[in-house]
Amino acid sequence: MATRLQFENNCEVGVFSKLTNAYCLVAIGGSENFYSAFESELADVIPIVKTSIGGTRIIGRLCAGNKNGLLVPHTTTDQELQHLRNSLPDQVVVQRIEERLSALGNCIACNDHVALAHTDLDKETEEIIADVLGVEVFRQTIAGNILVGSYCALSNRGGIVHPHTSVEDLDELSTLLQVPLVAGTVNRGSEVIAAGMTVNDWTAFCGSDTTATELSVIDSIFKLREAQPSSIVDEMRKSLIDTYV
Amino acid sequence: MSVMDQDSGMFKVQQTIGSVLCCKCGVPMPPNAANMCVNCLRSEVDITEGLQKSIQIFYCPECGCYLQPPKTWIKAQWESKELLTFCIKRLKNLNKVKLKNAEFVWTEPHSKRIKVKITVQAEVLNGAVLEQSYPVEYTVRDNLCESCSRFQANPDQWVASVQLRQHVSHRRTFFYLEQLILKHDAASRAIRIQQVDQGIDFFFGNKSHANSFVEFLRKVVPIEYRQDQQLVSHDVKSSLYNYKYTYSVKICPVCREDLICLPSKVASGLGNLGPLVVCTKVSDSITLLDPRTLRCAFLDARQYWRSGFRSALTSRQLVKYFVFDVEPPVGEATVGGQKYALSYVQIARESDIGKMFYVQTYLGHILKPGDQALGYDIYGANVNDDEMEKYRLSVRNGLPEAILIKKCYDEQREKKKGKPRRFTTKKLPMEMDESRGSRVDPEKMENEYEEFLRDLEENPELRFNISLYKNKDYQDSETASMTDGEGAPSVPIEELLAELELSEEEDDDNEEDMDE
Repeated sequence: MATRLQFENNCEVGVFSKLTNAYCLVAIGGSENFYSAFESELADVIPIVKTSIGGTRIIGRLCAGNKNGLLVPHTTTDQELQHLRNSLPDQVVVQRIEERLSALGNCIACNDHVALAHTDLDKETEEIIADVLGVEVFRQTIAGNILVGSYCALSNRGGIVHPHTSVEDLDELSTLLQVPLVAGTVNRGSEVIAAGMTVNDWTAFCGSDTTATELSVIDSIFKLREAQPSSIVDEMRKSLIDTYV
Repeated sequence: MSVMDQDSGMFKVQQTIGSVLCCKCGVPMPPNAANMCVNCLRSEVDITEGLQKSIQIFYCPECGCYLQPPKTWIKAQWESKELLTFCIKRLKNLNKVKLKNAEFVWTEPHSKRIKVKITVQAEVLNGAVLEQSYPVEYTVRDNLCESCSRFQANPDQWVASVQLRQHVSHRRTFFYLEQLILKHDAASRAIRIQQVDQGIDFFFGNKSHANSFVEFLRKVVPIEYRQDQQLVSHDVKSSLYNYKYTYSVKICPVCREDLICLPSKVASGLGNLGPLVVCTKVSDSITLLDPRTLRCAFLDARQYWRSGFRSALTSRQLVKYFVFDVEPPVGEATVGGQKYALSYVQIARESDIGKMFYVQTYLGHILKPGDQALGYDIYGANVNDDEMEKYRLSVRNGLPEAILIKKCYDEQREKKKGKPRRFTTKKLPMEMDESRGSRVDPEKMENEYEEFLRDLEENPELRFNISLYKNKDYQDSETASMTDGEGAPSVPIEELLAELELSEEEDDDNEEDMDE
């Protein structure tokens, strides 16, 4: 089920967090509310790591990863890198890459099997992505935008893309990624999907401005209603949403 | 990016716009910049916020004008384009949004409300352009404009007046002037026009209007004028003085077809022009023709008023002559567009056919034996003119017995008697001077006007500057045009204007007439 929350009164939760099937990264905020929201959902299933990257809090947009690995930009300090290596599970490979386009979260959209990359990414970077994340990389644009990482939120079960994507593009991307895609919005009509929400195979987190319609779209495309990890049976949720048939 | 795009981009995949759900209400819609359907967007954002929805405007019921502050009054009809422009101009803040459309919503005229529906476009959120229409209500308040209120206070209020006078016994000049003024629209700003004994008074609301009218007169007739003013009120604090201005204009008393005996100084000044001259044309200068030498001289207003001579005999004193014999012309001249031929003729007065005269005349080119002519009977007349007396005593052979002025068409006019003329003329809105026990006899006026119209028919150059209108009652009779080799002169149809009629059927008739 999708949860609505805010990071320090800002609805762009995808900017301040990164959620995968194996771990979750959150930014260090003034209060613990953000962290607690994630904890209540994911406490025993996957580790939730509080970190910064390059001294900034916009970690969701700077790094890209899936259950196999995590890629961080060259601006990451050694301490942060070490902290990440220590906190994350051993099978997750943390790699710092030297790339001109350092906002990897904006340039790469990936799930556990396939990734979309910015068209101007270096060749070596592409190889590293394929290697570390264990995915097939496709250079693509979404609705004419090259920042595929910003305008697409991807999980192993579905994805949401920029609302202005044409039907043909949607079909093409869908065939490439082998998951169902829908064009939609988040946070009351915002087109920057990945900045407004973060998702994995059984749960999603969106900004509190997200309307009920958008939430229902998210729920249906990522198939969140049926997916329950075995250990989460908790009835009490922080924010309750109306269900839509 | 389609693979086929690599072929120099010639093959492009067709892009179909998909549909997303409106983020608020969930209805499928094509994506837009706000990603909300129009209704949700409208409910979110009100672009008419901050725009004026009701406003007061002032209207003058007398002249039908609306006030544009601070001082301008704009004339506009109810629900007209000018009123719409005016209403939109009065709205403030309208430059923040783009005006797309404006139209009137019907309201009762006596409700004193004007409703305008305005459609505006503005950019909202992230680039989505929203269009919204809203009504603006105008409350109309009645308020007399300054000129109307001044007029209400004193309807006879004038600031400048032009008193036009000509000290002669006929009103021919004023009839002609009336037509000229109508053609040039010179008296359109006159508040009142009053006809008095030997002239016309024009009243204006503004000194400059009166001044421009006097300038117009100066161009068409030889005049002398003086300007006087009278203090009406005086504001001590701001030193503003209100005056009433009066222009006293005198038209030169010499008219067309007058016989003049020039004083010796004037005659020698004009190159020894025979002291007996005939005035042939009066425009802004007087044209004098010596009937014996066919020489012409021009006197403009200033030159005339320097000497100020009067005519010896005027057109009232014209006498009818029968022409018995015309000799071939001895000399011809074309003066000022008019052809003259000098020849000797044998004539006798109609009243006294027995007495024959053998005189010289300049009408040799149009007179034939058996014609009638009009001229001055110097032989039998009792002329009250000093110059004439002096000349009579000084000259050896005596004065010429008669001077013929123009050909008489009375016989031909008999045939057309009672039939309406081909043309009609318009008249100025003049008030008659009832107050002073008027000496004006209406029958006399009729006769004079009839003479004036005959004059117009005979002289094409007189018609040059005035407009004549087609007479709808006139029917072209075929017999008159075919039998008469020499019919009475009349105005050819090409010179006549069709009157502007506002009803549609009559317009068609007029057009057909013009095509003939």
